[in-house]
Amino acid sequence: MPLLTVENITKRFDNLEVLKGIDFTLEKGEVLAIIGSSGSGKTTLLRCLNFLEKPDTGLIKVGDEVLFDAEDNTTFSDENIRLKRLHFGLVFQNFNLFPQHTALQNIEIPQRLLLDSEIKKLKQDHRQYRKSKKLPIRQYFDCLIEQKAQRSQYREDRLIDIKDKSLRLLDRVGLADRADYYPYQLSGGQQQRVAIARALALNPDVLCFDEPTSALDPELTGEVLKVIKGLKSKDSTMIVVTHEMKFAQEVADKVIFMADGVIEEIGTPDEVFNHPKSPKTQAFLANSLE
Amino acid sequence: MNILLELLQGFGLTLLLFAITLVMAIPLGLLIAFCSMSKFKVLSVLSRGFVWIIRGTPLLLQILAISFVPSFVFGIPNKAIYVGLGITLSTLNFIFVAIAFFINYACYFSEIFRGGIESISKGQYEAGQVLGMTKRQIFFNIVLLQVVKRIMPPMSNEIITLVKDTSLARTLAVAELYFVAAEAVNIHVSLMPLVYAGLFYLLFNGLLTILFGKIEKKLSYFRS
Repeated sequence: MPLLTVENITKRFDNLEVLKGIDFTLEKGEVLAIIGSSGSGKTTLLRCLNFLEKPDTGLIKVGDEVLFDAEDNTTFSDENIRLKRLHFGLVFQNFNLFPQHTALQNIEIPQRLLLDSEIKKLKQDHRQYRKSKKLPIRQYFDCLIEQKAQRSQYREDRLIDIKDKSLRLLDRVGLADRADYYPYQLSGGQQQRVAIARALALNPDVLCFDEPTSALDPELTGEVLKVIKGLKSKDSTMIVVTHEMKFAQEVADKVIFMADGVIEEIGTPDEVFNHPKSPKTQAFLANSLE
Repeated sequence: MNILLELLQGFGLTLLLFAITLVMAIPLGLLIAFCSMSKFKVLSVLSRGFVWIIRGTPLLLQILAISFVPSFVFGIPNKAIYVGLGITLSTLNFIFVAIAFFINYACYFSEIFRGGIESISKGQYEAGQVLGMTKRQIFFNIVLLQVVKRIMPPMSNEIITLVKDTSLARTLAVAELYFVAAEAVNIHVSLMPLVYAGLFYLLFNGLLTILFGKIEKKLSYFRS
C-alpha cells in the first residue's frame, strides 16, 4: 500500500485554476521531486498537502487514514487539521525561523508546545479519573497531589528528551556548534538547515521542501542540498519542489513535471530527464539546462 | 515651598490618571485591534468606525461629551450620580475624565497594535501551523514578542503624549498638575508655578524615555 495517496486535487483562486486534478502516490522511503516553471502549481500542491490551502476537491490519504476528503466536512475542522498536519513537515523557501528563539529553541519549541497540549489533556484525564473514583475528600486530595507530581515528573523527563533530540538533530545538519545562535547570526544556508532540523523533530511521515534553496546565494545551496541528500533513507519519505535539476536527478526516485496545474509527466529521473515524452517537458528541460 | 507641595499633589493626580489610562487602554486597545482585524465584516466595520470617530474628534470634546452622557442620554442628572454613589463631584469628574482618556487612548493603541500584528509575516503563522501549534500558541509563543518589539517606538511616543495630554483633565476642573499650576499663577501672581509644572512633565518624561530605552535594548537581542 502506498504511504501517500493524492487523488484529484483541484484548487482555484478566484478565477485562476491553479490545480486541475492532481493524482499520484508515493511509497515509503521514496523521494519525489516536483519540477516545473513558476506558476505551474507546484507550491500550491505542497501547500495543499500541508493544509495551508484547502483543496476544492480531492482526497489525501496517508497509509489508510483519510486526512482530507473534500466530500466530508468533518475532515476540516481546525483541531482536526492541526493534528493531521503533523503527518507532514514543511521546509519553506525563506526558512521562517522564529527570530526571538535560538537555533536550539527553534527546534525545541514545537515539541514543547505539543508536550504542553499533551499535559493539558493528561490533566483532564486525571481529573475525570479522580471524579469517577468518588474518593473521600482526604484521599481525593492525596490522589490530586500524586497525579500532579506524576505529571511534573513526566514533563521534566520529556523536556530532557526533547533537548537531547534537538541537539542530535542540530548535529545531524552540521550545526552542533551553533545551538545558541539567533537566526540573524546565521547564514541563509545555516538557517535553512535549522529549519530542516525543526521539521524533522516532529517525525513527519512525509517531509516536504518548497524550493529550499531558492532564497539562498548560489554558494550556499550546496550545503543545504547535501543535508537533504543525507536524509534519504528507507524510512524517510520526501517531496522536494525544486529548480535544481541536477539535484532532482541525483536524489529523486520519482519525478513529476508540472505545467499549468496538471501533471504533465511522471516517471523515474531517467525517464523524465533523459527520455521526456511530452513536448512541454522537453521544452522546459531544454530551457533550464541552458 | 508651599507651591511645590501643591504642585506635587496635582502631579499625584496626573500620575493616577496616567496609570489608569495606561492599564485600561492597553487591553481594550488589543480587543479593538482584534475586532478591527476580524473576519466578520460587521464587527470590523463597527470597530473601525468607532476608531475613526474617536481619533477624528478632539479629546477635549470627548471629555465634555462623556460628562454629558448621563444627563442628556439617560436623563439622570450628574448630581444624582455622585450623591447616590456617595462620592464628591470632583471624584465623579475624575471618573468621567478617566473614561474619556482610556477610550481615546485605546483607539490610538489599537491602531498601533493592529499595525504591529499585521506587520508580522504570514510565514511566521504558517511555520507555526505546519509545526502543529494552535492559534493561541502561535500568538503567544511566536508572534507576540515580535509585535512588542516592533511597536515599542510608536508606543513610547503615544505614552509620552499621554503624560502631557493629562493636562486636558482641567476641562472638568480635575486638580491635576497643570490645573494646580494655573491656579497658583493667579494666587501668587508669579509665572514660576508654570515653569515648575513644565519641569515636572519634563522630568517624568525623561524617566519614561530611559525606561523605554531599556526595554528596547532588552529586546534588541533578536532581529525580525
